[in-house]
Amino acid sequence: MTGPAHIFDKPNRYIGKSSPRADAARLLQGRGKFVDDVTLPRMVHAAFLRSPFAHATITAIDTAEAKDAPGVIAIYTGHDLTDHVTPYVGVLTHLKGLRSAPQHPLAVDVARWQGEPVVMVIATSRALAEDACELVEVDYEELPAVVDTETALDADTPVIHPEFGNNLAWERDVVAGDIDAAFAASGVQVIDREFRFGRHTGVTLESRGTLCDFDPSENELTVYYSGQAPHMMQVIFATHLDLPEENVRVISNDVGGSFGIKIHTYGDEIATAAAAKLLKRPVKFIADRFESFVTDIHARDHVIKARIGVTNDGDIVGIDLDDLTGVGPFSMYPRTSAIECNQILNLTGAPYNLDNYRAKGRVVFQNKTLMCQYRGVGHPIAMAVADGLLDDAARAIGMDPVAVRHLNLMADDSYPRASATGMKLDDLSHQKALTKLTDIMDYKGLREKQTEDRKNGIYRGIGFVSMVEVTNPSPMFYGVGGASIASQDGATVRLDAGGALHVASSITEQGQGTNAILAQIAAGVFGVALNRVKVTTGDTKTTPYGGGTWASRGAGIGGEAMLQAAQALKDQVLAVAAVMLQTSADKLDIQDGAVTDPDGTLRLPLADLARTVYYRGNELPNDLNPELIATRHYRVTDFPFVFTNGAMAAHVEVDTATGFIKVLHFWAVEDCGRVINPLLVDEQIRGGVVQGIGGALYEECQYSEDGQMLNATMADYMVPMASEMPDITVAHIETPTKTSVLGAKGAGEAGTGGAPAAILNAVNDALSPLNASIWQMPMTPERVLNAIDAAK
Amino acid sequence: MSRFVDIKLRVNGEDVSATVPSRLNLVDFLRNDLCLTGSHVGCEHGVCGACTVIVDGDSVRGCLMLAAQANRADITTIEGLADNGQSDALQAAFTNRNALQCGFCTPGMLASALGYIDGGGTADRDAIRKHISGNYCRCTGYQSIVDAICDVIEEART
Ligand code: FES
Ligand code: FES
Repeated sequence: MTGPAHIFDKPNRYIGKSSPRADAARLLQGRGKFVDDVTLPRMVHAAFLRSPFAHATITAIDTAEAKDAPGVIAIYTGHDLTDHVTPYVGVLTHLKGLRSAPQHPLAVDVARWQGEPVVMVIATSRALAEDACELVEVDYEELPAVVDTETALDADTPVIHPEFGNNLAWERDVVAGDIDAAFAASGVQVIDREFRFGRHTGVTLESRGTLCDFDPSENELTVYYSGQAPHMMQVIFATHLDLPEENVRVISNDVGGSFGIKIHTYGDEIATAAAAKLLKRPVKFIADRFESFVTDIHARDHVIKARIGVTNDGDIVGIDLDDLTGVGPFSMYPRTSAIECNQILNLTGAPYNLDNYRAKGRVVFQNKTLMCQYRGVGHPIAMAVADGLLDDAARAIGMDPVAVRHLNLMADDSYPRASATGMKLDDLSHQKALTKLTDIMDYKGLREKQTEDRKNGIYRGIGFVSMVEVTNPSPMFYGVGGASIASQDGATVRLDAGGALHVASSITEQGQGTNAILAQIAAGVFGVALNRVKVTTGDTKTTPYGGGTWASRGAGIGGEAMLQAAQALKDQVLAVAAVMLQTSADKLDIQDGAVTDPDGTLRLPLADLARTVYYRGNELPNDLNPELIATRHYRVTDFPFVFTNGAMAAHVEVDTATGFIKVLHFWAVEDCGRVINPLLVDEQIRGGVVQGIGGALYEECQYSEDGQMLNATMADYMVPMASEMPDITVAHIETPTKTSVLGAKGAGEAGTGGAPAAILNAVNDALSPLNASIWQMPMTPERVLNAIDAAK
Repeated sequence: MSRFVDIKLRVNGEDVSATVPSRLNLVDFLRNDLCLTGSHVGCEHGVCGACTVIVDGDSVRGCLMLAAQANRADITTIEGLADNGQSDALQAAFTNRNALQCGFCTPGMLASALGYIDGGGTADRDAIRKHISGNYCRCTGYQSIVDAICDVIEEART
């Protein structure tokens, strides 16, 4: 695809500039509008009684006393809602064989995880609703809980959904080349490791919540939604609450972090909407932190047995892996819980020249919180397995980890091409990124210092990762499998009478700076000052139709739609200007809010043009029909998704007496194609790295043997704090994707996808003089000490 | 059932009197009764810092204090800090450094940062990181927040 190259280097060139966000001031002055900040007339509040057991039959529910409690408006059980909400099943046809059972917003007869909503109480305040919850009597008969993924498929393990015969949700095998022959060849060393990745979760600082308002006079449901995909949710509410799609309006104002957590169908939110419809008034539900921990989707939870074969010269001959993952009692609706495993099978080893590859994935049901797509989806695991094995192999043959990467990484001039698993790759820069990384971190200097330190009993390590990231997904991601999830996005650009632009887009803002980059693109491409662009996102009623912001698609897909719309409006405006100025459009430009000659000489301020069109159309020829609004949509066509790449490094110090790991510094070189706003991208990457470090070192949802989450408070579940985090140096390579004019790929998940592998490798590098190594995340002090002890 | 308590206090320079349930915490009182929704609730048990407000000059977790305990207190919330100009320099630095993404932690972060600066804190990155460790941010990498606080301290010196 080609486009007017000058949009990137003309006056009002905002693409590529570190402009601060216009909406920062609002948030800094306490004027944000998060779901819980919205209050509506006659609003009432929902609280939920949740299953205290991981698996139990509900034998009786007595709500009599609670119904009489002060402030109580209504109480609903699972059975009460079955006539009002149709159940949902989290399967997609392109994930062949994936199965899941119908899910209800409130448990019906059986509760299958600790925290599953069982009874909903609606009252005039949240406090009164919670008081009444305590008066509801639920009789349970506890059932044996399936907790351990490794025994979930055993013949004597209870089956969560008896109709399926066992606890298998999905499995897939990928085979390329002949791994057995490759490993058996002479001169090939095979390294064998078992990786364990604990469960963690997103811990958005703003917990999940919803405010649902129903107007029976219009049969309309309005949902204030803290999330990433308003149009997807519109379809879900309409489908399962029996409303016409067009009668559901979903509004996302400010969203206090999402990271993939708030893009799924949660029973408590659906039940809240049902209550609003039944009661014909607004109902609000805001999850408290405990509810967040036991109901927000969890992620990871993988046990992976993996092998890599390398020649004595360091050439990778192949990778073989077996992934087992537990996803809770259901596959999450509508995106399913098989995607993370699928990504691991697709992505492991994708940066490297690899002829032989074999991967097996099995996804099993268990009685724990549901697992689904959280930031990075599969990437942290795929990268940690491949690069963890690679560094281990390099150590075994006495090769430097950078040298072994340069030897095996795909050459920058070898694209377009495919990975071993058949993924289409283009516009990547692994070699350049690694070279830049080792330059900015002074690799040589760090190694020399490391050798010195070791003499003094200081164990420091340097770890690398070379990674790919799936961004800008096409319809091949979800739509092809039957999900009502848009992969295209739309943008509208309107010239107002005062000469300002009003733009709207179907991608959404959760703090990444979506609105800021949309304004930059529109201003730069059309030709007005940045502060003359107003942006609307997050409202199904007023924005074009589209997918929203997930899978690092906002800038790449929504940004391109905005570019196309701004260019289209510019053409339309110049057509009008050409008539008014009695010249031809190709002799005109728009710069700084005015129609100009190509050299920038002022011809007609945009406000004059717009006012003439809107107020004094009589001055225009009758056959001129000015359109001062343009809409364009964009989707990725030639690729299933657009890959980005990056190279990252961690420098850590391990205290071998206590097992504590200190991250001293972190470097990330990222190629997300054209960078629209470095200030925003850099902090996105840093935030992603910090979440990745969290997963590598601290964050874990711990469960008892009977399926109770043991650390469901913010005091017990550890997220990274400022004092533990290093400074993070970010640098870029810019290889624009040829799939769009804008050339932007995604960047939001890179840090989370890459950091765990770099940290793992750094820790193992630090431990290498002790012949110790660790293959389990999070790498807690206890596990580090165990690894050291095991090597003694 | 909860009992009620009469309280009189100053909030952002205005006199407030109210009758509140004795179990009501301060941040819920500010948010729900006074519609000062700038203070946020992230954990309700004193860990995340999103509810931090300034009570009689000290930064205090609004979820750990009862509204009843705020009787006769002088409270400044993020809205008050913006109105009285106290947060101007921090607002500018946070904007320039992009020291916020979703902005949910931001009101508490600003209140803590102000406490650090007003307490004579220096532009020492480790000290700043330590000071704001009671304020969780799940979006940024913290670095930009540290940068912003350093900027304010260094600008005040020059
Ligand atoms: S809400 Fe008060 S510290 Fe988290
Ligand atoms: S900016 Fe989102 S939690 Fe800090």
